[in-house]
Amino acid sequence: MRQIQSKRVALLGLAGAIGLAAGPAFAQGAVSAEYQWLTFTVFAAIICLTMYVTFVAAKRVKSASDFYTAGGGISGLQNGWAIAGDYLSAASFLGIAGLISQYGYDGFMYSVGWLMAYITVLLLIAEPCRNIGKYTLADILAYRNDPRKTRIVGALSVITVSTFYLTAQMVGGGVLVKTLVGIDYEVSVIAVGVLMLGYVLFGGMVATTWVQIIKAILLVTASVVLVMLVWTPYGFSLPAFLTDVVGDSKVQARVAALLGDASTNMTAAELGQRFLEPGLYFKAPIDQISLGLALVFGTAGLPHILMRFFTVPTAQQARKSVVWAMAIIGGFYVLTLFLGFGAARFVGPAEIAAVDAGGNMAAPLLAQHLGGGADSFLGNFMLAFVSAVAFATIVAVVAGLVLAASSALAHDLYVGVFRAGETVTPQEQVKAARVATVIVGAMSIMIGIAAKGQNVAVLVGLAFAVAASANFPCVLLTLYWKRCNTAGIMAGMLIGTLSAVGLTLVSPNLTYPIAATEAAQKVLAGEPAKRAAIALASASSDPAVVAKAGKDAAALDKVIDKARADIEKHAGQRTSFMGLEKPLIALKNPGIISIPLGFLSVLLFSLLFRDRRAEAMWNEVYARQNTGILVSKSSSH
Amino acid sequence: MFVKSDQTVDWDAVIADPRFQALHKKKTAFLWGLMAFSVAYYFLLPIGAAFFQDVFKVQVWGPINVGLLFALSEFAVAWGVAIYYSRRANAEFDRMAAEIADDVARQGG
Repeated sequence: MRQIQSKRVALLGLAGAIGLAAGPAFAQGAVSAEYQWLTFTVFAAIICLTMYVTFVAAKRVKSASDFYTAGGGISGLQNGWAIAGDYLSAASFLGIAGLISQYGYDGFMYSVGWLMAYITVLLLIAEPCRNIGKYTLADILAYRNDPRKTRIVGALSVITVSTFYLTAQMVGGGVLVKTLVGIDYEVSVIAVGVLMLGYVLFGGMVATTWVQIIKAILLVTASVVLVMLVWTPYGFSLPAFLTDVVGDSKVQARVAALLGDASTNMTAAELGQRFLEPGLYFKAPIDQISLGLALVFGTAGLPHILMRFFTVPTAQQARKSVVWAMAIIGGFYVLTLFLGFGAARFVGPAEIAAVDAGGNMAAPLLAQHLGGGADSFLGNFMLAFVSAVAFATIVAVVAGLVLAASSALAHDLYVGVFRAGETVTPQEQVKAARVATVIVGAMSIMIGIAAKGQNVAVLVGLAFAVAASANFPCVLLTLYWKRCNTAGIMAGMLIGTLSAVGLTLVSPNLTYPIAATEAAQKVLAGEPAKRAAIALASASSDPAVVAKAGKDAAALDKVIDKARADIEKHAGQRTSFMGLEKPLIALKNPGIISIPLGFLSVLLFSLLFRDRRAEAMWNEVYARQNTGILVSKSSSH
Repeated sequence: MFVKSDQTVDWDAVIADPRFQALHKKKTAFLWGLMAFSVAYYFLLPIGAAFFQDVFKVQVWGPINVGLLFALSEFAVAWGVAIYYSRRANAEFDRMAAEIADDVARQGG
């Protein structure tokens, strides 16, 4: 009883600390100062709800199984929503709507791979993992191999993937919250970290699951409301809506700007239609195919997604949860089609890019517009609501990642390797899990602050590339190939991870000072011509043209300042972080090379170092994963 | 210090059971076939967008073109594969697996 009370006090203290931290530290964001209280009220309501769930869940966490997998007591439907909540990060919520608003068709095409990835999970991974796994990815690798060695490489890979993904979420989240509400980057990283720690530490997987479910429901609800508002005026006709989008002058101006000289002979109608055709964002097909491979096979190797299949009681429920997750995630991506094109039509691509160059503000600004604009209460309420949902999204995804990383640390490394052969009591296991959570949580806050300004897309790409090149081949082959063994797993994990990371480090994703300086100098060289054009437009008798010239001048000032800053930043440097003057490979995502390398390593080393025991245990693994023998059947109906 | 293999069940007998062999054969062909189809269908999208832009640009219904319909069809295919697989698994694979598992349990496994 005393313990529960102290937990309640700790939770209240947490909420208070965040309120205080957020109080004085906000400046100007997309939400205007007079309406910021709205965002905080909506967000406080979400925190209270999730804290209450955590408080209830905390009483149920008694064993390691409760902490890591909610005791296997989550239903397929609940798990489907939780997977959607775990997967739909701020990057997909705000990022894909933003890409569509800026680049049209290519943005929508980008979303397809994220859904297709679940076919791999459904057909090959979810059910066998449920049947033979316990808490972590390494449990599956260790089943018929040397547990010590495979747990070490498995845990290291899980921690690597989670750290890349976590850093991306922290950095992206910090920037987004700053743009939306104006809270300082560091404050928002600390707030996300502390909140997430509160959920995971006290409520383990039960609380994390419910936080993810609540967030997914909020996200889907907000999107459905926005899409209704966008689509109703067109009588729910897709051609009518898109006709209006392609006929919009803001959209046509954006396409003309993207195409540059190539657009001179195109009519306005052709420019608008071009927004619905491929090629405005993706220039190199090989890059896109490489990214597609990393997505389709990487998702099945993401530790925080795999872990979700241990929370359901049976393979049938695991299957049901993937089908639900696919319905929710796919439905959500179809909605982003309307959010993205709607934002382009009603807010305007240039106006969105003016707030955030990546287009991430498309959905929030659309919400504000649909509610009645920047000066209306409803408009600001909707912006505040969407901003609060974005913040909740980051917290929920980070919670799932921290749980996956700390389970690798506590269950695989501490209990499985460091204390191997000893009896570790359930109390000790839960304690180890909580200590690991605090370590991983504190590290994630520090990394989040240290990584300020890092390229989020590169970090997410890396996480998927390592998951697809190391985790996926190892898990797939140990499940489906008799000869797979310890040597193969170790080689696959190490070579898959190193090749994915290594190829990214020599890819065009890093900053190359010589090329960056040249690009900046080119911008400066083009300045006089642009200034002259603006001066000409300012002298026009049409007030709309003059107003546009004013905006253009302000935008040009920004670009010139950035170019000057770039030149200054790279002065005296000739090489990238890796000591290279230019990238060694043209590939932006290493998947197309590193995934086959990962598979080849497992195959080759398994054949070179034959292990009779791993082969002798094949019948057991294969029979269990297909029949579910030895899985408790208590709640299968 | 290896995980103790579970000797309470005769795994070789389970694998040798003709019913298990039937399940294994059916599942293997079905799963890998669906998997190959899904991956191939997915990669038609980036390949088409890169190399068959003229086809993707053909307008079918107002501003809606082949490319947009093809992208939307990816969603239909993903959901279709998911539903098709679960129906087959719910109706057939689960029953076959349960028969084997029940026998093992009955034999005091």
